[in-house]
Amino acid sequence: MRLDVLLRVASKLFLPFILMFALYVQFHGDYGPGGGFQAGVIVAAAVVLYAIIFGLDEAHKVVPSAVVEAMVPLGVLIFAGVGVVNMIGGDNFLNYTHLAHDQIHGQEWGVFLVEFGVLVTVSGTMVAIFYAFAGRGKA
Amino acid sequence: MVLLTLLAAVTIGIIRARSLFAVVVLIGAYSFLMASAMIVLDAVDVAMTEASVGAGISTVLVLGTLYLTKVHEAPPRYTALLPLFVAIGTGAVLVYGISGLPEFGAAHTPVNTHVGMSYMDRSVPETGIPNVVTSVLASYRGFDTLGETAVIFTAGIGVLMLLKRFKAKD
Repeated sequence: MRLDVLLRVASKLFLPFILMFALYVQFHGDYGPGGGFQAGVIVAAAVVLYAIIFGLDEAHKVVPSAVVEAMVPLGVLIFAGVGVVNMIGGDNFLNYTHLAHDQIHGQEWGVFLVEFGVLVTVSGTMVAIFYAFAGRGKA
Repeated sequence: MVLLTLLAAVTIGIIRARSLFAVVVLIGAYSFLMASAMIVLDAVDVAMTEASVGAGISTVLVLGTLYLTKVHEAPPRYTALLPLFVAIGTGAVLVYGISGLPEFGAAHTPVNTHVGMSYMDRSVPETGIPNVVTSVLASYRGFDTLGETAVIFTAGIGVLMLLKRFKAKD
């Protein structure tokens, strides 16, 4: 676009840090505040910022609509899938003990995978809703 | 107290402003103040969610909606007396309810004596996760969190079905 060089440069500088912070919030959620919900929203915010500054078409090139819409059910499937894997392992639904060699590591893996599922669904949904809203203005 | 005063000021601003753009900005400010209030109450996880969802994403989505509609509030079509009565009535009931709550942070309440303490004691030996919020959310109450994720999924496909259908017609 035209006079927004400052905005474009600044947002390009910020984007990696936003994504990095999202990953930190995601994977440090065991020790500090945060988790899949918050990280998912931060990832979505990064995509939304990119779409606002560089235009919706550029954003569609980086993060296509089809990918985003596939992410919405995928996260729920990851979450529920972890539960089903536990049942196959001879345990209760979403009891992570048998995912690794002992209970602590099993819990760690279970929480990690489940939070990842939450991240996928939340970020996918937020970006999909934003795309749907932003795309209507053009039509 | 400072936070609550600011919250009240922002709320009055939201009610008085006629330009919806100003209202959206004020609602974002309200969310950030709410997040600060959560931090004061030591609920850091909730504060983080409020700041990112309430102030971040919803503001963007509401701005996106504003882009599709008018920017100024239409003059009210009906008298505001009935809503005012309902609001004051609900507020009075809520204030009456507060009088039945235990003191903030009291140690002898059911919340702090039974299941809460049990989670605090069990989290690190059983799951190895020091942040009890995460261990309750993802492990002890994993089924609830699966439900929450399903809610977000449902909301997402609901919005997509509504908005995408119109797009396909054009």
